[in-house]
Amino acid sequence: MSNPNAIRLDSVSKSFDGFKALSEASFTARWGEVHALLGENGAGKSSLMNIAAGLYAPETGSLFIDDNPVHLKGPLDAAAQGIGMVHQHFKLVKPFTVAENILLGLRHLQAGTYRQRLAQTAEQITAMAASLGFSIEPHARVDQLSVAEQQRVEILKVLLAGARILILDEPTAVLTDAEAENLLTTVQNFAHQEGAAVILVTHKMNDVMRYADQVTVMRTGSTVASLKPQTVSVGELVKLTVGDAPTPPQIPSSRDAGEVRLAVRDLSSSGAAPALRGVNLELRAGEIYGIAGVGGNGQSELAGALMGLPEPVSGEMELVGEGDLNSLSAARRRELGIACIPADRYSSALAAPLSISDNFAMGDVHSGRYGPFWFLRRKRIEADTAAAVAEFDVQGVRSLQQKAALLSGGNAQKLVIAREFARTPQLVIVHSPSRGLDVRATLAVHERLRSARDAGSAVLLISEDLDEVMALADRIGVMSAGRIIGEFAQPADRQAIGQAMVNHV
Amino acid sequence: MDMIASWIGNIPDFAVPFALAALGLIVIERSGVLALGAEGLMLVGALAGIGASLMTGGATVWALILAMCAAGVVSLLFALMVLVMRINQVIAGLALVFFCQGLTGLLGTLLDWTNKPVAGLHAVSLWPFSELPVVGKLFVQNPLVFVTPLIFVVVVLVLNRSVLGLRLRAVGENPQAADAAGIPVLGYRCAAIVAGSMLIGLAGAYISVLSTKMWIADMVGGRGWIAVALVIFARWSPWKALAGAVLFGCIEALIPQMAASGIRLPQYFVFMTPYAVTLGVMIWVALASRDSSSQPGALGEPFIREERR
Repeated sequence: MSNPNAIRLDSVSKSFDGFKALSEASFTARWGEVHALLGENGAGKSSLMNIAAGLYAPETGSLFIDDNPVHLKGPLDAAAQGIGMVHQHFKLVKPFTVAENILLGLRHLQAGTYRQRLAQTAEQITAMAASLGFSIEPHARVDQLSVAEQQRVEILKVLLAGARILILDEPTAVLTDAEAENLLTTVQNFAHQEGAAVILVTHKMNDVMRYADQVTVMRTGSTVASLKPQTVSVGELVKLTVGDAPTPPQIPSSRDAGEVRLAVRDLSSSGAAPALRGVNLELRAGEIYGIAGVGGNGQSELAGALMGLPEPVSGEMELVGEGDLNSLSAARRRELGIACIPADRYSSALAAPLSISDNFAMGDVHSGRYGPFWFLRRKRIEADTAAAVAEFDVQGVRSLQQKAALLSGGNAQKLVIAREFARTPQLVIVHSPSRGLDVRATLAVHERLRSARDAGSAVLLISEDLDEVMALADRIGVMSAGRIIGEFAQPADRQAIGQAMVNHV
Repeated sequence: MDMIASWIGNIPDFAVPFALAALGLIVIERSGVLALGAEGLMLVGALAGIGASLMTGGATVWALILAMCAAGVVSLLFALMVLVMRINQVIAGLALVFFCQGLTGLLGTLLDWTNKPVAGLHAVSLWPFSELPVVGKLFVQNPLVFVTPLIFVVVVLVLNRSVLGLRLRAVGENPQAADAAGIPVLGYRCAAIVAGSMLIGLAGAYISVLSTKMWIADMVGGRGWIAVALVIFARWSPWKALAGAVLFGCIEALIPQMAASGIRLPQYFVFMTPYAVTLGVMIWVALASRDSSSQPGALGEPFIREERR
């Protein structure tokens, strides 16, 4: 019954700057199956697949295709062996059209003029897209396509370049639920009907349980198990990926909310197609107010406006007792204890090339805690940072002087939270705090938000992950088309919220 | 009337070096390499052209070809700095200019090529256009003037209408994507640097061999810098760069005309004019088009494959 082996990696090791990303990892995928590669962030999934795609050279270990040993010198070699990888960050040339992007990756060019080749490529795109069950305009510019469409272009690109072994790196991370379902059904058909091998790199249990024929679990650079998902429960899979079973997320205990801290009234953005069209909400001390909604309904703009990014807005954001949020300087915001945790840690929350201790200290340097303006009390910074790193369990810190960029996503997020929560905040604005984090880091982040609430902070949680909102929020507002269209108190009905998210026009 | 006719007749002579240098820069910068070294490479081309003319005894076509090769060889030094050693491209470009200024000055003196006249090329007439009133002189030029638009056509076709050009532009827009598509990024960038530098070298040789017909130290006199500005002004589009080159040619050609007609203007004011216009154009462009969408996406960024964050 089992098909022949398509690709096999045998005892592969790889390190970066002395950090062992992969140690003796082994992996086998067969023809005609969807093979999930499951693991937490930093478990080495992407590194292993980058080796399979010829982007990285392994230090030890070997690669077999159809059980023949193969040495890949680069991505070109991998493509010649029929291996194609769709990266998490798309490798598309933005100002080019779909057809131009795909023509770029073709190795065997037909004879003819450039225009003829482009036309032929466009025909191939349309035909291949139809056979996969979707349609795409070959002459549209890539930067004018949605993320889901760009991903389809990536898939078409590797398939038209002749790939029979398709590696998808976290393909559903950027998609909505419906788009993800579509994509996974498409690749499943491709594997089952065309006999190709599809490797799905993911940390989502649901994707594995629903779509994978086989799953290999990775943990801290090693492959720990390979099994059929039908034979295990989700709990067992989680246990394998995390090592020990984390406590399941629970609905927060309700607590009497205090006075109103933040009142947002008729907040709108300007422009022809405003992202915000009159947001109204009240946030009380000692509660977490969750904003749920399908991505792109104004959540980023709302977060930006509240965090003081220059978003063109009309309406009011009243911080009770202090006046409008917009009129406060960044320094005044800090003094008042407003903590912001933006969605993009590396671009908005951290200075990646600076050290961990500098990143930690920058929040409080204005208050004079770390010395007057001509002198920096390095010892105190180091001591405070060391204490915070220990308290907030920031992993992977080899030295406080190492660059913040070297921290993995989850640990960078913990560092941001450690800084923002260094003094008990009065108001916390959080946007997608667990995006891209693994189970354990997510739980730690959630625990911090709960304890801030229990200490009397007012927490506004903006998240596109409904499970996160359900697990944390005391009250839930559903955002759609730039408005809060409904509020739900806990215990809330998940179905009802889901309906509100999608049904509103 | 005569004055206008002779002014128009002089325009191509001034415009061609700008046009060729800007085209060479566009080829390089479309591959994502920020090239500021045009001034230096033009000097290399200018000196090599004169040297070859003097040594071969007047084989001007060969002199032009040798000038292109000389600039191409010197550009390999730049390629080594920015592609292999990944030195900051601005620094490397400036270093190249200073190196070439010193080198050409030294060699020009040591080899005693300074102020030695060369034959150049005979002007050819493009009949019947050359018989037209007023603009007739526009069609009595040395052959390279008529070849320049053809060079533009060829380069534009390669850049925009060939797989080679598609790959070159991909390397400049998103080298990671190009790499994933199996395109040798550094190979394409190196080829672009050499090819573009050969065009820049030709621009330099035009000034010395065909226009001035002798070598004088530092004779390019800032035209390389104006070409750098022209490329930005033209938003990396060859045709706009050609139009810009003609515009600057018009201004430069005006200077001797004004002197001859007896208009009294301070000499240094006149010499300043092209640079003042450059500044004005840059400010206008900065105000008019705030989007930098036509700028190659990876301009000035070195390419490293195995980098994590």
